[in-house]
Amino acid sequence: MNRLLPLARTWGPLIGIALVAIALLVVAPAVLSPFRLNNLGKYVCWAIAGVGIGLAWGRGGMLVMGQGVFFGLGGYAMAMHLKLEAAMATGGPDAIPDFMVLYGDGTMPGWWEPFRSGAFTLFAIVALPAVAATILGWAIFKRRVKGAYFAILTQALAVAFATLLIATIKQTGGFNGLNQFTLFFGYNLYDPVNKKMIYSIAAAVLVVCLVVVWQLYRSRFGELLVATRDAEERVRFLGHDPANIKLVAFIVAAIMASIGGALFAPITGIISPSDVDATASIFLIAGVALGGRALLLGPALGALAVGYGRTALSESFPDQWTYFLGLLFIVVILFFPSGLGNAWSQVTQRLRPQHQEATR
Amino acid sequence: MLAQHGTPGLPQETHVDAFTTPLLAGTATGALLLIAALGLALTFGQMGVINMAHGEFLMAGAYTTYLTQQVVTNTDLSILVALPAAFLVAGALGLLLEVAIIQWMYRRPLDTLLVTVGVSLLLQQLAKDVFGAQGDPVQTPGWLDGNIDVFGYHWPYRQMFTILLAVAALAALGALLRYTSYGRQIRATVQNRDLAETMGVSTRTVDRVTFFVGSGLAGVGGVAVSLISGTNPNLGTTYIISAFLVVVAGGLGQLRGTVIAAFTVGVVTAFFTDWFSSSMAQVLTFALVVVFLQLRPQGLFTVRTRGLA
Amino acid sequence: MNDDYLEIRDLTVEFDGFRAIDGVDLTLLQGQLHFLIGPNGAGKTTLVDAVTGLVPATGLARYRHRDLLATKSHRIVRAGIGRTFQTATVFEGLSVLQNLDIAGGIHRSAWKMVLARRGTPSYVEEALETIGLSHLRDRPAGVLAHGQKQWLEIGMLLVQDARVMLLDEPVAGMSAEEREETGELLRRIGRERTIVVIEHDMDFVRSYADVVTVMHAGKVLAEGSVAEIQADPRVQEVYLGRQAEAGAPETSGAETSGAETSGAETSQEAGHA
Repeated sequence: MNRLLPLARTWGPLIGIALVAIALLVVAPAVLSPFRLNNLGKYVCWAIAGVGIGLAWGRGGMLVMGQGVFFGLGGYAMAMHLKLEAAMATGGPDAIPDFMVLYGDGTMPGWWEPFRSGAFTLFAIVALPAVAATILGWAIFKRRVKGAYFAILTQALAVAFATLLIATIKQTGGFNGLNQFTLFFGYNLYDPVNKKMIYSIAAAVLVVCLVVVWQLYRSRFGELLVATRDAEERVRFLGHDPANIKLVAFIVAAIMASIGGALFAPITGIISPSDVDATASIFLIAGVALGGRALLLGPALGALAVGYGRTALSESFPDQWTYFLGLLFIVVILFFPSGLGNAWSQVTQRLRPQHQEATR
Repeated sequence: MLAQHGTPGLPQETHVDAFTTPLLAGTATGALLLIAALGLALTFGQMGVINMAHGEFLMAGAYTTYLTQQVVTNTDLSILVALPAAFLVAGALGLLLEVAIIQWMYRRPLDTLLVTVGVSLLLQQLAKDVFGAQGDPVQTPGWLDGNIDVFGYHWPYRQMFTILLAVAALAALGALLRYTSYGRQIRATVQNRDLAETMGVSTRTVDRVTFFVGSGLAGVGGVAVSLISGTNPNLGTTYIISAFLVVVAGGLGQLRGTVIAAFTVGVVTAFFTDWFSSSMAQVLTFALVVVFLQLRPQGLFTVRTRGLA
Repeated sequence: MNDDYLEIRDLTVEFDGFRAIDGVDLTLLQGQLHFLIGPNGAGKTTLVDAVTGLVPATGLARYRHRDLLATKSHRIVRAGIGRTFQTATVFEGLSVLQNLDIAGGIHRSAWKMVLARRGTPSYVEEALETIGLSHLRDRPAGVLAHGQKQWLEIGMLLVQDARVMLLDEPVAGMSAEEREETGELLRRIGRERTIVVIEHDMDFVRSYADVVTVMHAGKVLAEGSVAEIQADPRVQEVYLGRQAEAGAPETSGAETSGAETSGAETSQEAGHA
C-alpha cells in the first residue's frame, strides 16, 4: 500500500488527464452532432481559461476576477485576424473589415495592420496577455496589494476593458463585437470538417494546459506557490520574493485565458464585450469553484459542466439562468468551498473526525 | 466604474464651463460614491467582508423610492418618506444577508466576496423579473427642481441634495461611532475583536448592527441615485466598482480616507469624462488608483512582526 | 576570525516617535552562541526585525560588507541571514520533507524550479538527521508537536545554509528534555555559524550561552558572559526592580536572574510570552 502510494500520486493525475483527453478527442467527436460538438468546443475554451484560474486562484490564492480581460485580448487578437482574413479573401490584400466602412470613415487604425499576419496574431495571443499581466501583476504584487484588494482591482479592470470596447465601435466593433468570420488560417469556417478540426485543436490545447499545470503542481514551483498562498510573508524568509512567484502564476493564467479566448472566436463565430466583461469573468470563476479550485482536473471539468448547464438551462428556461448561476455561487462556496471534486473527501472527513484526531 | 449612461448628475441644462462644470458634477458624483463607500468601508474594516451585493442595496433604495412614489403620490412628500424607507429596506436586506450567509464564513473573506457575487446576481435578476429590465422613472419633487447660482454657475438642486445627503450621512455615522455605546463597541471590535469579546462586547450583535447600518446607507444613496437617473436593475453595478476603488484608495480604519478618496475619484472621473469620454475616464481612473497604490500602499497591508502565521 | 560577523552600529527604530531601539551597538561573532535577553518590550524582537528587513531602521547593520538596512527581506536571506519567529511558522500543508526542500530553493535555478523533486537532496537528508525528524519526514508539518515545529524551522535554516541564524524564543513552550535537545542542537550547528537566540528562560541561557547581551528599553544594558551579567548591578536593578513593581504572575518573572524558578513554571510562562 505504502509503496503503491507514490506511484498512484504520479500516475493517478496522468490517467485522469488521459481520460479527459480520450473523452474530448475520441468519444465526443464520434457521438455528438456537429452543433453539440461546437457547443462543447465553446465550453472547452472556458475550461482552458479555467485551468489558468485554478492555478492562480486555487494554488496561488489570487482571486482573479478579471480573467475576461485576458480572454478578450486573445479573443480579439484572433478575431481581428479572422476579420482581416475574411476581408482580404474578397477585397484583396488592402481590404479592411466591413464594420469599419459601416460605422467608421473607411480607414483602418494602424494597430490593426500587423494582424493581417497569422504568425504575428499567434505571437500576439501569447505576448499581449503576458505583457499586460506582467505590468499589472508587477504593480500590484510588488506593493503587496493582495486579497480582496487584488480581486476588486482585477474586476475593475474587466469593467473598464468592456466599457472601452463598447465605446470604440469604429475600432473594435463596439457592443456587437467582431463576427462574421469566413476563414480560419485559410480553412473555410463553414465546412463541418474544418469546424471539427478547430474543436480538436481546442480540446488538444486543453489537454496540453492540463499537462502543463500538472507539471507545475508537482514541481518545486508548485510547492512554493502553495506555500505563498498559505503564508506569503514566511516565504520571504525562505529567500524568495513572493511577488515573483505570484507573478509567474498570474502570467501563466493570463496566457491560458488568452488562448481560450483566441479559440473561442472561431468556434462561436463571435467575440463581443459581453464575452469578456465582469460578468463573463465571474462566470469563468463559477466553473472553477464548482469543480474544485485547487484540484488538477476540477477547474476544467467544472467549467465544462457550468458551460453545459448554461446552454441547457438557457434552452429550457431562458431567464432563469442567472438565478441558477447566483445560487451555484452561494451553495458551492458556502457548503463546498473546495469544489464538488473534493465534496466526497469533505463529507467523509466530517464523518470521521475521530480518525483524523487519531492520526495526529 | 461610472455608467455607460454618461456621468450621473451631469446636468444637461447647465451652461458648460471647462473647469467649474466638471468640478460641480464631480463633487455630486463623489457624494454618491461616498454614501455607497461608507457602508462598504464600514463592513470591510470591521469584518473583513467585501460585500459585492452592496450595489444591489443601492438599487433596492432606488426601487424603494419608486415604490414610495406609487403609494405616496405627493412627490414633494414622497422623497421624505422614501429616505427612511430606503434605509430600512436596504438595511433589512443587509441584515438578512448577514444572518443567512455571511455569519457562517467570517474566516473566509475571499469566499464571502464570491458568495455575495452570487447574491448580487440573484437580486439583479429578481429586479428584472419584478420591475422589468427597462427601469422606471422617478419623479423629482418640485423643491428639488431648479438651480442655485454658485459663483455665477447654475447648480441643480438635485446635486446639492446629493451632497447634503452625503454630508448628513457622514455626520450621522460619525456621531454614531463617536458618541453612542454602539459606536464604542464597533470601534473596540475593529481594533481588537478578541479583546472586545472578553470585555463583554457581543461582537455578533455589533457585526449585525454594522451590517444593517452600512447596507441602510446604501439604500439612502439609492434614493439620491434614483433622482438623477431613475431606477434600473443594473444600477448597482454602475456604482459598485467605483465605490470599491474608493475604499481601496481611501484605506481602512478611518472615514477621513474614504471621504477624500470619494470626492477625488468623483471629481477626477468627471474631468476625464469631460476631456476624453466616459469610457476613457473609467480606464484612466482605474489606472490612477493602481498608480496611487504604488505611492501609498500603506494601510492596505499589515506586516505582522511577531510570528507570521 | 574572518569577516563572517554581523556588525550593528547605532541601530535605531522609531515607531511614531517612540524609540523601540535606541542606538544599539552589537558585534555578533561566528562560533559563539549569543543570547539576547531582556524584559518584555526591551526591543529584542524589534532588533531582529530591523536586521531582517521587517521594520525600517536607521544606523548600520552590516554583514559581509552588505548594508542590511538597505536590503529587502528576501535578499537578506539570500545573503545568508536566516531567522525564526516567536510562533513557529512552518508550511502546515506541506510535509516535513517538503518544508525542508522548499527552504533550499534559493540555490536552485529557474529551470530546476519547474521540475519535480526526485529523491531527497543530500543537504535535506543531513538537515533531517541533524534536527532528528528523519522518522517524521512524510508527516504534514501541521501535525507536528510544538517543539518539533521549532526544530523544523531550524532545519529549514540549515537547508537555506544560513550563516547567521536569528532565533526568536526557540525553546518557548518546550519541555525540559526538549530544551536540552535544542541546546545541544544549537551547540552542534553553532560551531561554524553565528547564532543569536532571544530567550526568556534563564536556566537555558545559563546552560548554553557563550555571550549574553541584556537589552532594556531599546538599549544595550550589559554584555558579557553569564557570570558577568549576573554580577552586574544594573542588570539586577532592571530585573529586580521590575519584579518588585510587577508582581502579577503573568509578567515574565522567569527572567529574574537572582530568583531561581523551577523548570516547569518557566516553561509555562515562557509559553505565554
